[in-house]
Amino acid sequence: MTGLAEISAPKAAGCADAPVLRERGQREVFCGLTGIIWLHRKIQDAFFLVVGSRTCAHLIQSAAGVMIFAEPRFATAIIDERDLAGLSDANDELDRVVTRLIQRRPEINLLFLVGSCPSEVIKLDLSRAAQRLSRQLSPAVRVLNYSGSGIETTFTQGEDACLASLVPDLPALSAQDAPNLLVVGALADVVEDQMLRLFTAMGLHNVSFLPARKAGAMPAIGPNTHMLLAQPFLAETARLLEQRGVTRLPAPFPLGIEGTTAWLQAAATAFGVSQPTFLAAIAAPSKRGSEAVARVRDMMAGKSVFMFPDSQLEIPLARFLARELDMTLVEIGTPYLHRQHLADELDLLPAGTMLSEGQDVERQLDRCRAARPDLVVCGLGLANPLEAEGIATKWSIELLFTPIQGYDQAADLAELFARPLVRRAKLRV
Amino acid sequence: MQLTLWTYEGPPHVGAMRVATGMKGLHYVLHAPQGDTYADLLFTMIERRSERPPVTYTTFQARDLGSDTADLFQTAVRDSYERFKPEALLVGASCTAELIQDDPGGLARALNLPVPVVAVELPAYQKKENWGAAETFYRLVRAFAQPVERTKSARPRCNILGPTALGFRHRDDLREISGLLGQMGIDINVTAPLTAAPSDLARLADADFNVVLYPEIAGITATYLTKTFGQPATKIVPIGVGATRDFIAEVAALAGVDAAGVLADSHSHMPWYARSVDSNYLTGKRVYVFGDATHVIAAARIAQTELGFTVVGMGTYSREFAREVREAAKLYDVEALITDDYLDVEEQVASLNPELVLGSQMERHIAKRLGVPCAMISAPMHVQDFPARYAPQMGFEGANVIFDSWVHPLMMGLEEHLLGMFREDTEFSHAPSHLGAAPQAAPSSTESPVPAALHEADVAVLDAPGAPGWTADAEKELGKIPFFVRGKARRNTERFARDRGVALITVDTIYDAKSHFSR
Repeated sequence: MTGLAEISAPKAAGCADAPVLRERGQREVFCGLTGIIWLHRKIQDAFFLVVGSRTCAHLIQSAAGVMIFAEPRFATAIIDERDLAGLSDANDELDRVVTRLIQRRPEINLLFLVGSCPSEVIKLDLSRAAQRLSRQLSPAVRVLNYSGSGIETTFTQGEDACLASLVPDLPALSAQDAPNLLVVGALADVVEDQMLRLFTAMGLHNVSFLPARKAGAMPAIGPNTHMLLAQPFLAETARLLEQRGVTRLPAPFPLGIEGTTAWLQAAATAFGVSQPTFLAAIAAPSKRGSEAVARVRDMMAGKSVFMFPDSQLEIPLARFLARELDMTLVEIGTPYLHRQHLADELDLLPAGTMLSEGQDVERQLDRCRAARPDLVVCGLGLANPLEAEGIATKWSIELLFTPIQGYDQAADLAELFARPLVRRAKLRV
Repeated sequence: MQLTLWTYEGPPHVGAMRVATGMKGLHYVLHAPQGDTYADLLFTMIERRSERPPVTYTTFQARDLGSDTADLFQTAVRDSYERFKPEALLVGASCTAELIQDDPGGLARALNLPVPVVAVELPAYQKKENWGAAETFYRLVRAFAQPVERTKSARPRCNILGPTALGFRHRDDLREISGLLGQMGIDINVTAPLTAAPSDLARLADADFNVVLYPEIAGITATYLTKTFGQPATKIVPIGVGATRDFIAEVAALAGVDAAGVLADSHSHMPWYARSVDSNYLTGKRVYVFGDATHVIAAARIAQTELGFTVVGMGTYSREFAREVREAAKLYDVEALITDDYLDVEEQVASLNPELVLGSQMERHIAKRLGVPCAMISAPMHVQDFPARYAPQMGFEGANVIFDSWVHPLMMGLEEHLLGMFREDTEFSHAPSHLGAAPQAAPSSTESPVPAALHEADVAVLDAPGAPGWTADAEKELGKIPFFVRGKARRNTERFARDRGVALITVDTIYDAKSHFSR
């Protein structure tokens, strides 16, 4: 399944022009605040301060059981009735909270003020607050803002909003600077390191990642910068980078062997890497990755899968499950379908795949129950109830917390889907 | 604005969800933005419920604001009724919907659905989860409880009030107390919210009295029922052997039954275990207690009077019950800490240096970091605090469970001596096998598990000019002290030396300090 030939499959076979079922109703999805859970681990000297309600604080600590961290680099400034009634000036209160926070955590270099549903509804201007606080705390701490509110962002769109807030401040390169490659989207450090080795083997040395691991090390960009999106949910970040002259390299996403190869190929082509060099660079990892995936394929081939909308990773994941594990796609739901960024992915999806965008969870559950798929990919609120109905499930949030990109994670990714089925086969209780 | 790292309680609408999810035949339509559906996973993941909570969310987005959020809400109510056909609907708003002021109650009633609609207003910017649960339960009881013609029965009859979904051991407490009441010859009329339908609430008045298991949730409802139907309510929460006996006496008086038989035949192992010689080593163990008011008050009594511990500090995040906890704290000569800021609790635990912490999931974190054993007594909790086995906190079996779960994290009986005897053996390395790893050393990574404030304090002590040094002999002597008290011995000795301006700690200093700090 590693052949490059498949990547150039005829467009007519894909889902580029396939109809999409658009639904509106109850959406069983997280809001953008949830992204803080992995973003705060990624940028090691950044702190995320949600300006919101007790619900926001409760969401973040409940969403992923993140209380494993004693004192994480995120917190909530909980708005109370005094702020709402105008008894206290919300901006003064925010300054007080931030001052206390920075005193406690002097190692913080970058502070994100993260807007929430209530802060948006009461129109608290966090961008002005960020500018004001940045001036006060400069140069020790830079303060940025973005919205992770549920009224504006769905789950992974929070990462998009966060990365987008970094773009205006990225150092500028000029037209005279050498071409460089920018990989956009938070990846596990281990994945970044693997990719860096692959790019190095291809002869690409000028490669950087957004976000960087340290606030002070964010990459420089300019008209000779080419970007590869590592995640399919970065619409706004990509738009702002393009505005600053960065060229997007269209590609599938680096999930599975095929996706990873095509993704790397896009960079190789753009930077004029010779095909022998490229093939030599990927030979060993793609071979061992394919072999590992093949071991999982035997048990997954022919099994049907139904995906509820969650992270916008659904389309690339469905492509991987269909083409590398030979699974049958029943319905692939996604919260938002970005046709441009997903064009290469849609081309690769089996023709006739049922796609849905948005959600009416009750109706989608009706369809799911009627279809009786072998595996359902869904959020934590639905997983146990579906299991209790006898339907195997894979929690989708794990796809965000686990390193799944690249050759050496392709089998891990396959395993994530296989494990619920393996487990069901084992159990005799 | 309040800077919050972790929150003990969720927002009040989560309390309403706990009531609705515990009940049957009730559907809750919550006006809430996209994302608030996270609350479902509290029930499906943490409590491992096999069904989704009976809650429909409007999940409005920015594009809906200002145009048709009211319409969206009405559609959600109508669709929920059609799909779930509940006996009654509960409607309300989460924090964001409260700001857009759509009036869920009015909108739902305007639909003229053929079932009752109960609206709850839960001020999300003032109140929290337990208050929300209490208010919701009260509103439901007010809406449904009717005067009834009392059923004739030879046996006295009561209602059990308070247990909800996602409660700390509510399921098992309910079974234990139901059994106890049965043994006393008392019938149970209605149990609510857990297991009750709105139609069950309608017949609450057909009971002689109410048993209130969790005052945080059922207190105001019980008061209402006393005023409205003249039903007295229990005041004692049966957690611990003593409290269970008091509860039995209280119930017997309310029901007019003889409690002697139940008291004589309690099948409780706990009093004997507490008196057995091995438990001598529990004497005077310094414990810190924090959690919701009901469980803290009960735990402090058990700790002090039934296990022979010494309560060195206690507190609660239940501000509504601050007075009761303050009163209870006086019994142990400590001042109650009333706070919902987990950093305050952490600071107090660190400064009191207890040997056991009894608390919630938050205190478990604090204790783990400080290397102190911990047992769970209260929400908030983790998935592991919904055990598969029967593990009540209430009644005589609850007391047995409490004995085990509090004592097992500690060094038991003769082990303290055996450790001393065998510690020079090459085969002996760490803690006895039934205990986990030794206290964690402070890691040096940037993600310090120790809050910066504490960290700085430690560093300041170690680096302070004139900080006492240790002679080689003194270090060696310190090494002979069992590992689980060594850290404390080092800190106490250094504090003692610093207070007296001793620059170099000798073997004598160690024993002077030991004598000074011995309690």
